[in-house]
Amino acid sequence: MIKESQRHVDDAVFKQVVDAGDYYLGKVNAGQTFRILDLEGNQAADTLFFSAANPAERYSATDTIREQGNVYLTAGSVLRSNENHPMLEIVADTCGRHDTLGGACASESNTVRYDLEKRCMHACRDSWMLAIAERPEFGLSKRDITHNINFFMNVPITEEGGLTFADGISGAGKYVELTALMDVLVLISNCPQLNNPCNAYNPTPIEFLVWDAPNGV
Amino acid sequence: MQGYNTEISPGGHWSLELRRGTQLTLTDIAGGGNCGMLFYNPRNLLERYNAPDTLKCQHTFKLTAGHCLYSDMGRIFASVTADTFGWHDTVCGNANAQHVASKWGARDYQHHRNDWHQNGYDAFLVELAKYGLGAADMAANINWFSKVATDAEGNLCLTSPSPAGSSVTLRVEMDTLVLLHACPHPLSDATTYPRKAIGLGLATAAPVGEDDLCLNHCDENRRGFANNALYHLGA
Repeated sequence: MIKESQRHVDDAVFKQVVDAGDYYLGKVNAGQTFRILDLEGNQAADTLFFSAANPAERYSATDTIREQGNVYLTAGSVLRSNENHPMLEIVADTCGRHDTLGGACASESNTVRYDLEKRCMHACRDSWMLAIAERPEFGLSKRDITHNINFFMNVPITEEGGLTFADGISGAGKYVELTALMDVLVLISNCPQLNNPCNAYNPTPIEFLVWDAPNGV
Repeated sequence: MQGYNTEISPGGHWSLELRRGTQLTLTDIAGGGNCGMLFYNPRNLLERYNAPDTLKCQHTFKLTAGHCLYSDMGRIFASVTADTFGWHDTVCGNANAQHVASKWGARDYQHHRNDWHQNGYDAFLVELAKYGLGAADMAANINWFSKVATDAEGNLCLTSPSPAGSSVTLRVEMDTLVLLHACPHPLSDATTYPRKAIGLGLATAAPVGEDDLCLNHCDENRRGFANNALYHLGA
């Protein structure tokens, strides 16, 4: 569902461009809203969320899709934790559909998906491994690296039970906005995938912006 | 290996480290059953079943014969060598105590003994704890015998219960810790708590031949088997 935001970029309290192949790891407080902006189009932002109070509680694709009865994410979707608690709500979305089945690329899965010789290419799960290694203060480990959201990716299911990686429906300037319902850690791998026609083999930067809760909320 | 057969009682749970080359056959004895399953590498419990990789590597939303069940390390825990049902779920996860209580009422062990209403989430927690694992280690699991389809808008629907006697056979491709439960699927809309036992048989699998269904299912699986061969070279 397309739903535009009323927030102005000038009001954001935090802004950071994240290049393809880099990660973003930071805390967003309950009530704050953040935007992931697809600067150049058809980029995948592979995202995980954790409860800041207890990172063992984290985004769960299965709880989220089961409770909403639908496999796609868009405005109105409530993202749930592995404890089935609401963590975040998608409050604006100019893309219309985001994937949470396809998971992140990894050096290891690249060998299976593309070629055994692709093992040395950079991949999202390696960005996450670097993030948890470089930022030990967040208390994350590999066991916390699980089934993620691929913002801006379109992965339709066919009637016969197939999974297709369709051309992206995102474009330059499209965005998704989420309001945190608890204090969360946000871990994004901005995808470096060079083997996928969905992004025309061209990974590009994203921008991460944060707004405080409106006064009195 | 001597064969072994048992029955996982309704709501029951089970785990065993299975050696490479073992064949595991599950049977939905009465029909309309569900068997939740998770895999871990017993030598490195951080390597575990990865539903997204399993689905995208094989361009599928359902699991059936010919499919391989992948770890997050690009390796194959097990392959589906036979399947009489044809469509198994791996995206809906487990029902928890609240789901079960709201659908079918809370029945606890104190009052109902083995006729209580156990749920898949707690059943997995019990088995995970035996290996030093916990809720944070509970990945998206497989739900054997549950067909979950979607419409064009992505709405989920649990359809077509599996017929009595349906079976699925897995060949274990590397030493694998297997956890399973026989609890209801989270999308079940049965009017009473589904009490469905799952039959379980272990035997020695035939060796993987060059004409193997899973090996030849797609180029991706051939590369997955190559990753396993490398793993066994090192292990």
